[in-house]
Amino acid sequence: MTAGRVIALAGNPNVGKSTLFNRLTGLHQHTGNWPGKTVENARGRCTFAGQEYLLVDLPGTYSLLAHSAEEETARDFLCFGHPDACIVVCDATCLERSLNLALQVREISPRTIICVNLMDEAAKKGVHIHRQVLENTLGIPVVTVSARDGRGIEKLLETVEKVCTEPEKGPLPLPVPEEARRAVGVIEPVLRQQGASLPQWASLRLLEGDTSLKNTIKEQWKIGGTLLDRTLILAQKELEKSGLTSETLTDRTVASLAKGAEEISRKACKNKGRSRVSQQLDRILTGKWTGIPVMLLLLAGIFWITIAGANIPSQWLWEGFSWLGEAMSAGLIAIGAPPWLEQVLVMGIWRVLSWVVSVMLPPMAVFFPLFTLLEDLGYLPRVAFTLDHCFQKAGACGKQALTMCMGFGCNAVGVTGCRIIDSPRERLVAAITNSFVPCNGRFPPPLKGRFLSHQKGKKKDRYIKYSGP
Amino acid sequence: MKEPFLLSSLREGETGLVAGLAAAGSLRRRLLDIGLTEGTPVRCLLHSPFGDPAAYEIRGAVFALRQEDSRQVVLNAIAQEAAL
Repeated sequence: MTAGRVIALAGNPNVGKSTLFNRLTGLHQHTGNWPGKTVENARGRCTFAGQEYLLVDLPGTYSLLAHSAEEETARDFLCFGHPDACIVVCDATCLERSLNLALQVREISPRTIICVNLMDEAAKKGVHIHRQVLENTLGIPVVTVSARDGRGIEKLLETVEKVCTEPEKGPLPLPVPEEARRAVGVIEPVLRQQGASLPQWASLRLLEGDTSLKNTIKEQWKIGGTLLDRTLILAQKELEKSGLTSETLTDRTVASLAKGAEEISRKACKNKGRSRVSQQLDRILTGKWTGIPVMLLLLAGIFWITIAGANIPSQWLWEGFSWLGEAMSAGLIAIGAPPWLEQVLVMGIWRVLSWVVSVMLPPMAVFFPLFTLLEDLGYLPRVAFTLDHCFQKAGACGKQALTMCMGFGCNAVGVTGCRIIDSPRERLVAAITNSFVPCNGRFPPPLKGRFLSHQKGKKKDRYIKYSGP
Repeated sequence: MKEPFLLSSLREGETGLVAGLAAAGSLRRRLLDIGLTEGTPVRCLLHSPFGDPAAYEIRGAVFALRQEDSRQVVLNAIAQEAAL
């Protein structure tokens, strides 16, 4: 059915996974500098050396063990979606954290490629990564890239091609904890008998009490529910005999992953530590006395640039549209159209359209790039950090400050952005209250009306401000 | 060795070692996910202007944790940063 090879793209949130995805596919999925941008799997195609690849951008996750919707989606796709290979995107600036996920993917995906992204930023921060050491320690191919400027992308694709054509290496499972061995011994043969592809890994997850995986296994591997449940109860008993519970087994797994990641990163990664300049800057940007004034000044600056800067193109657009409108009505009258038709078409439809476009387009074209700049500089997470306490008092989350700011540009974007908030209740609060932020089409009428009428000096323009949303 | 204490009481610039987590369920998993396993050094970088979320350096990355969450992390040793 599929024309090309399916390649999954996994990685922690905020490691430039979506940037890499866009680089590879040319499809412009919006990328953001905060966790949780990709909730559903985005797909895109890319061709290299005559071979077509279907890339699946999995949601950003720190692990495949925890029970969030994103983590389940990522895990289910890797286990049951049968991708031809999986690229794990790692952050060169904090490799250790990324390796945690890489180790977990390596356990379940027979063809894993590690792609260490953000090499440019790592170099700036004084972090050095030994690619060869990493590759030798992990036992799987490692490619270093900077997705933003496209460095290393060619090499990555070459590696993907090579890995896909070579015989698969098979997953590399981590050792089973000594105490859990007997319990695993109870489930594993049952799963193996049913033709499950990852019996040992699945046994451990089941023992850890992963119910969502249990249900998926029943569906995907066609294992009888009662058989599985009964085996699991037996295995749990075995586990308890060895002095472990589901909870402590999970702790062990997590700890051994963390330890593994720590060891590998110590071997492969040289870090000089955070630069003093950035630390000093953080003190000012989030400081007790300076944080809020700096934030207000920056936001005020952005609004001033947006409103003042948008007036000029607004006026050009408006004049252009008016001229076209006049030409149209002259044309309509010349061909003998009835006056009511001319009124409906030009004074009605055309005028409303040109008002909306000339009022809304320029501020958006100024506001969003400025906002993106702040995002790229990493300032927005600091705003969330500074304001979280105030939002907490209102039962909301500091990240809401960002979605509210986006709401000034466009409420639709603001509401979509609410997915960055983890807690469902806080997310709902943010989404519902976003419509109270006046987007640029609904800026307070006195403010905007004055700007526009001052600029144009035309009597009717005062009504422009009422075009929403 | 000092008495165990909570991550929320760590002062700016101090580094503590994780002894364990008091949280259960999804918060526990989340805290483990960001790398707060036993023996991990955690450094408090700064507090936000109102003192509540604080930024911690955990395994090379910076995380902001609210007090209600950082109270769930038990530390058992403190190491004063020599440099800085």
